[in-house]
Amino acid sequence: MEDQRRAPIYEALEKFRKMRIVPFDVPGHKRGRGNPELTELLGEKCVGLDVNSMKPLDNLCHPISVIRDAEELAANAFGAAHAFLMVGGTTSAVQSMILSVAKRGDKIILPRNVHRSVMGAMVLCGAVPVYVNPECDKRLGIPLGMSVQQVKKAILENPDAKAVFVNNPTYYGICSDLKAIVKLAHQHGMKCLVDEAHGTHFYFGDNLPISAMAAGADMAAVSMHKSGGSLTQSSFLLLGPDMPEGYVRQIINLTQTTSASYLLLSSLDISRRNLALRGKEAFGHVMEMAEYARKEINAIGGYYAYGKELCNGDSIYDFDCTKLSIHTLDVGLAGIEVYDLLRDEYDIQIEFGDLGNVLAYLSIGDRQRDLERLVSALSEVKRRFGGEKTGLMEQEYIDPVVAVSPQDAFYSEKESLPLKESSGRICSEFVMCYPPGIPILAPGEKITDEILDYIIYAKEKGCSMTGPEDPMIEHLNVLK
Amino acid sequence: MNFWFSEAQTPNVKLSIRVDRQLYSGKSEFQRIDVFESPEFGRFLTLDGYMMLTEKDEFIYHEMITHVPMAVHPNVKSVLVIGAGDGGVIRELTRYPEIDQIDMVEIDPLVVEVCKKYLPQTACCLDDPRLNIYYEDGVKFIRSCEDKYDLIIVDSTDPFGPGEGLFTKEFYGNCYKALREDGIMVNQHESPFYPEDSIACQRAHKRIVESFPISRVYQAHIPTYPSGHWLFGFASKKYHPLKDLKETRWNVRGLHCNYYTTTLHKGAFYLPAYVEELLKDVEQEY
Repeated sequence: MEDQRRAPIYEALEKFRKMRIVPFDVPGHKRGRGNPELTELLGEKCVGLDVNSMKPLDNLCHPISVIRDAEELAANAFGAAHAFLMVGGTTSAVQSMILSVAKRGDKIILPRNVHRSVMGAMVLCGAVPVYVNPECDKRLGIPLGMSVQQVKKAILENPDAKAVFVNNPTYYGICSDLKAIVKLAHQHGMKCLVDEAHGTHFYFGDNLPISAMAAGADMAAVSMHKSGGSLTQSSFLLLGPDMPEGYVRQIINLTQTTSASYLLLSSLDISRRNLALRGKEAFGHVMEMAEYARKEINAIGGYYAYGKELCNGDSIYDFDCTKLSIHTLDVGLAGIEVYDLLRDEYDIQIEFGDLGNVLAYLSIGDRQRDLERLVSALSEVKRRFGGEKTGLMEQEYIDPVVAVSPQDAFYSEKESLPLKESSGRICSEFVMCYPPGIPILAPGEKITDEILDYIIYAKEKGCSMTGPEDPMIEHLNVLK
Repeated sequence: MNFWFSEAQTPNVKLSIRVDRQLYSGKSEFQRIDVFESPEFGRFLTLDGYMMLTEKDEFIYHEMITHVPMAVHPNVKSVLVIGAGDGGVIRELTRYPEIDQIDMVEIDPLVVEVCKKYLPQTACCLDDPRLNIYYEDGVKFIRSCEDKYDLIIVDSTDPFGPGEGLFTKEFYGNCYKALREDGIMVNQHESPFYPEDSIACQRAHKRIVESFPISRVYQAHIPTYPSGHWLFGFASKKYHPLKDLKETRWNVRGLHCNYYTTTLHKGAFYLPAYVEELLKDVEQEY
């Protein structure tokens, strides 16, 4: 076994720093000397490490030394055949997964509640989505995982599909029966791709849902910067044994920068080391904190902080207990309202609020006293702003009707119509609430009255909507 | 021997006290705790290197945070004290026979243990039968209290470190909920003088104004605290700190104090112009 105490990129940077090399290369700030204000903000040490690829530091596009070593250590830590260090966010890792298995006209089976990056990749390569209807929890109003039967049905109806795409877990912490889905996909000659943007910790903790690599998946996009502790925008792309490493690297290099930031790369290296050495203990502590917070929040009354009791053996096969998802409708407030109140009134920023729920993201950096503040603030929000549960829209999942492929729709001749006149037409752009960044409409989908009602309602409640060319979302682009 | 304790009151200002010897040094789950003996101020307690109290001037703080609300509220039966591990506030409260129940919530048991051993001047009454000590985070304790106390005294450390939750709006809101319909909350309100402290002071005032119908600030002179000029907050559901002051009633009790008098009580609410302005800035929005 390789020694997980090593961090080759970090070690190379330390060595490099001591050599005091005179820089006649980029970046032009030259260890910060050319930009004193930036140096003042970020610190001398930080800007001093913002350097270019060079022989002693290797090159992300074609790694042969320290980055290669770091990739191997990461692969080993995650139980993968290969690991790529990614600096364009998990978005670029997800896109690389799609681009690696599908080309124009190829089908991919996926749940509707995928991240926008999946749809973006389909616009780029011309793949066509086949949606598996995710079940929806009526009370919570959240999309669940995919039921194995539904996946099987989609596979049988689309035997030519190239891959099955799975969220592990969803933003809310819900997991499908990944092992069964992988098996099913492989039986039908399809790849299984897994978005693990919210599942880094599955590789290191006890009593957590199964990870993609352990389940035998072919590729996984792992947001190291979310629960793993690395810098924002850094991520891992993991490969199973049947994926061609060289081809995937070519795909990554189509869109990834040739000037990868060593701040991001070293943060991946150091965080991988930290999790490999201390992850089990650290995530055990996160889980304890989440359990404690759930108990305290449920004791307030009205709020429902849900956990493993949701599991139903299928569409909620498992639940990620580090996620602190809270249903808010019973205190008479929409999730997005609680989200805003926590920030505006109590100086507490949580991860997201949708119509019926909020999510507080717990990680290896949390402190008990901050949890106490969160719970107290929720109790105050209820006391000061709560009311009877009235007039809140419950259902959130709307079945999409895919009329043309995302790529065809995106690049077609289009016209802009006022929102209310767009019903019945085919949308050529995305509409989504961000966070969580899951599309309400994607290019190529038919606009229905139900969808328009939902958009208007979400806007009224203060959800931050993104995607359309018109930033106010009063007009939508539709196919001519 | 030349042995000095120094506290940086700002990055550019230091207060130093000559020390005879160090009586205790230890580290709890929450903070570093030290007790020193000095020729000028007697024994003194520091947490994470910040001055908490000295035997010489602690009476000012403890009298002012306790007797001001006690001279206003006509019928205090149950009191919640948050922080106060040194016992100074408890000592002053136990002088009132009509108080039936004192709940003290201190996050750090080691502070209480150390004070009992090395600072008997303040910790003398921690065995009073009316007192219940709870060792937990005050932010958590108060969450489940409703309509329960006549008086809450927030004897906090500074708005950073283990005490920072005691300067938040959710905490003040929970205090409001925990008080009876005519309850009063008094809090340690930082200093208005040095810029960093004054921002904390202003923020605390803003959050209290948003949480209570009556919110006033009063002052005292405490030599060993940064700038020496220190504030307290008086937040109340019903009683006004001056209009409802029961001067004669308090004076016939015959409690002897070294700092507090009912005359000083009135004067303490008249603040310097710059402090008034600092506070008004955040009141006008409401």
